[in-house]
Amino acid sequence: MKISTKFHGEIEMNVGEIYTFESGIPGFVEEKQFGLLPLDETPFFVLQSLKTPEVAFITTNPFEVFPTYEVNLSDEVLADLQIQSEQEVTVFTILSVRDPFEETTANLQAPIILNHTKKLGKQYIMKTDNYTTRHKLIPSPVAQEVK
Amino acid sequence: MLVLTRKLNESIMIGNDIEITILAVEGEQIKLGIQAPKHVDIHRKEVYLSIQQENNQALNTEVNTLTNLSDFFRKK
Repeated sequence: MKISTKFHGEIEMNVGEIYTFESGIPGFVEEKQFGLLPLDETPFFVLQSLKTPEVAFITTNPFEVFPTYEVNLSDEVLADLQIQSEQEVTVFTILSVRDPFEETTANLQAPIILNHTKKLGKQYIMKTDNYTTRHKLIPSPVAQEVK
Repeated sequence: MLVLTRKLNESIMIGNDIEITILAVEGEQIKLGIQAPKHVDIHRKEVYLSIQQENNQALNTEVNTLTNLSDFFRKK
């Protein structure tokens, strides 16, 4: 099917590649279908709503950027997304891309959890104080000097 | 808004399968116990609002910012 996107113009997408977010995501509860589109020459993916072209989140694999990051899925999430094994799960973090790029932050408190076998997804708000909605993607220069 | 008065250990039912119980009242703090089906997400409101706010912020990325982004990684 043809879909309109924010960053890729109009593209063709296989129905089998569409993820269903049954309860939408916070702030966008009416957006229930998303596609995952790689962003050329970057380690990023766009989580694109099929209903509204403007609703497109820049996401990335949080474990590559934050090696100590941990996500413990609750029984509720496992049930919601019909997750049976770890192999079915992909985790993304939503980025707030800023200009300059060094100011970009990742929302580690509420990762996007995908079951790529069943094509189900949700934004999982973790009940932990370890993470916030704004972690800098790139450590500040001062922090690097300390290393 | 519907307003109900409850005492310690009393509950309210929302629909057939959500029960909220007053477990403790300690000064300004009230401890609630919530029983709900697994598919019902329960969050402290301020946490939910901060996620909403950050999602809105995340959508502010303009197409040209993204071009800069590709440039950033090309330089690496």
